[in-house]
Amino acid sequence: MAANDTLHIRHEPLFQELVRKRTRFAWILSATMLVIYFGFIAIIAFAPKLLAQPIGNGVTTVGIPIGLFVIVSAFVLTGIYVRRANAKFDPITRQIMEKMK
Amino acid sequence: MMRALNSLFAGFGLLLFTGGFRDAFAAGAVEGGDRQGLNVSAIIMFFIFVAATLGITKWAASRTRSAADFYAAGGGITGFQNGLAIAGDYMSAASFLGISGLVFATGFDGLIYSVGWLVGWPIILFLVAERLRNLGKYTFADVAAFRLEQTPIRTLAATGTLTVVAFYLIAQMVGAGKLIELLFGLPYLYAVVLVGALMIVYVAFGGMVATTWVQIIKAGLLLGGATFMAFMVLATFGFSTEAMFRAAVDIHPKHAAIMAPGGLVSDPISAISLGLALMFGTAGLPHILMRFFTVADAKAARKSVFYATGFIGYFYILTFIIGFGAITLLMNDPAYFKVAANGTYNKITDILGGTNMAAIHLANAVGGSLFLGFISAVAFATILAVVAGLTLAGASAVSHDLYASVIAKGKVAEDKEVRLSKLAAIVIGIVAIMLGYIFENQNVAFMVGLAFAVAASCNFPVLLMSVFWKGTSSRGALIGGFLGLISAVAMVVLSPAVWVKTFGFKAALFPYDNPALFSMAIAFGSIWLFSKVDASARARAEREAFEAQYVRSETGIGAAEALAH
Repeated sequence: MAANDTLHIRHEPLFQELVRKRTRFAWILSATMLVIYFGFIAIIAFAPKLLAQPIGNGVTTVGIPIGLFVIVSAFVLTGIYVRRANAKFDPITRQIMEKMK
Repeated sequence: MMRALNSLFAGFGLLLFTGGFRDAFAAGAVEGGDRQGLNVSAIIMFFIFVAATLGITKWAASRTRSAADFYAAGGGITGFQNGLAIAGDYMSAASFLGISGLVFATGFDGLIYSVGWLVGWPIILFLVAERLRNLGKYTFADVAAFRLEQTPIRTLAATGTLTVVAFYLIAQMVGAGKLIELLFGLPYLYAVVLVGALMIVYVAFGGMVATTWVQIIKAGLLLGGATFMAFMVLATFGFSTEAMFRAAVDIHPKHAAIMAPGGLVSDPISAISLGLALMFGTAGLPHILMRFFTVADAKAARKSVFYATGFIGYFYILTFIIGFGAITLLMNDPAYFKVAANGTYNKITDILGGTNMAAIHLANAVGGSLFLGFISAVAFATILAVVAGLTLAGASAVSHDLYASVIAKGKVAEDKEVRLSKLAAIVIGIVAIMLGYIFENQNVAFMVGLAFAVAASCNFPVLLMSVFWKGTSSRGALIGGFLGLISAVAMVVLSPAVWVKTFGFKAALFPYDNPALFSMAIAFGSIWLFSKVDASARARAEREAFEAQYVRSETGIGAAEALAH
C-alpha cells in the first residue's frame, strides 16, 4: 500500500479519536506504573523503616505485601490495557479499515 | 564482516577484568566453585532435553524456507506461545539462581531487584509492543529506520544490537561454563564448547521457529520445576508464609534484618539510575524486541506481553519463596556447607559453590537427587535457550541490517540473506566459545548491567524517538544514539565498580555504578537537539514522512502486506 493511500486517514475523525483515547490511556497506565515503582524505590531509599514494621505480632513486615503488590500491579496493569484495547480500540481500528475499502 | 565482528568482540574484551559490580547485576553472576562429581541423573535428563530440542530443530528446519520463516517464524506464533517464549528469553539461569541466591543471602533485598526486572514489561506493552509489530518486519532497526535514512540508522541499530548481544553473551557463556562444571562435573572448556555448538545448531538450522520452541519448552520446565520447589517449601510450613518467615528469621545470621530493606539500595541517585536501566533496558533488548515480529498482528503482540508479564511476575514470586526455603531448609544442615576443621561454618558464604547454588541445593533438599538432576538439567537448558535467542538477534543484525540494507542497499536475494544469517550465527557462536574460554577466570557480573545500560541508552531512545516524535531526523538519531552508547560504556568503565575495583585506580572518575540516568538523558537530549538544528532537505522529507508512519504505527494498516511479500 502506497503511503499516499494512508495519508488521508491521518485526518479521519475516527483515527484521531482512536489515537487520542489510546495515547491518553497508555500514558496514564505508564505513569501509574512509574509512580508505583519509583514510589517503592523512594521509600526504600528515604524511609526504609516504614517497610520494616512488622504486621501485628508476626515477623512478616509490611514490606513483603508491598513488594508483592508492585509485582502484581505490573500484571494487573497489562491486563487492564489488553482488556480496554480489545473492547474499545480494536473496534475503532476495524471501522477505519472498513472505511478504507 | 567476520573481521569486523571479531574486532568488535575483541574490543569489548578489553573491558573484562576481575572486580565486582556493586548492584543488582552482581546477582546475575554465577560464581565458580568446587566441581561436583559426575551427576548421572542430571546428564541423562539433559540429554533427553537436547534430543527433544534437536528433534524440534529438524522439524523447524523443514518448515523454514523464507526469510520471514527464519527471522520471525513466519509470523505464526500465537500470543500465548510468544508470551511463554518471551518469559523464557527473560528468565535466564542467572536470574533463577542469582535472585534466589540473593534472597538466600539478604532476604527482602532480593525482592527489590526482582521487582526492578519486572516493571519494564508494562511500559513495553503500553508504548512499544503494538507499534513495533505494526512497523517492523524482522529487527527493531526496521522500525527505527522506517522513515529515516537506511545506512546510518541501520548501522547504529546493528551496533547497538551487537554491543548488547556481546556483553550479554559473554556473561552467559562464562556463567554457563562455571555452572555446568559445577552441576555436571564436566570440564569448563567442554561445557562452553557444548553450549556454543548447540546454540549454533538451533539457530543456523532451525532459525526463529526452533529458537522459539526451545524457549517455550525451557520456560515450561523452569516454571514447573520452580513451582514444585516453592510448593514443597510452603508445604513444609503448612502453607503459612508467616511460619516460614519466622523460621527464616530464627535461622538466618542477620535475623529480623532479612525482612526489611538492607544496605543494597542506599543512595537515591543510584537507585533511580538502576531502576531506569532495568525498566527501559528491557525495552531495548534486541532479542526481546525481535519476538514481537513472530506473531501475526498487534493484537497478538499485546497479548504476548500480558502473558509474559504474568509468567515473569509469578516466577519472581517463586524465586522469593525458594530463597526463603533455602534459608530455612539448608542453613542448619552442614551437608550443604564447607565446614571448617572445628566444625563451624558461615551460614551464607560457606555454602557449597557459592550463594548462587542455593536453589540447586534446595532442589536436593526437597526432591532428592533425581529432582536435583532435573533442576540442574533445567538450568543448563535455560542457558542454552537464552544464548540461542541472543545469537539469532546478533545474526539478524549482521545479515538483515548490515548486509542486506547497508552493504547491498536492499538489493539482495532472500535466500542469500538467510544463508549469510546462518553463517553469522556460526561465527557468533565460535566467537562466543572463544571469549567464554578466554574469560574463564574473569568476573563478568557487570556485563549484564552494561548490556542493559546500552540497551536503555542507545536502542531504546532511538526507537522511541523515531516512532513518537515527528521532529526526529536521521542525523539527530545517529548522533544521539551513538552518544548514548559511548557515554553508557564510558561511565561504566569509569565507575567505582570497574575503574577502582577492576583497574585498581584510587578514585572513580564517575561516582555511580549505574550510568542510565545520565546516559539516557544524554541520548534523548542529543537526539532532540541535533534533530532540531538539522535543517537539511533530507530532515524535512523525513518529517513529512512521519504522517504515513504514524498512521501505520497506530493502526497496522499496510503492515500485513509488508509481511507477505
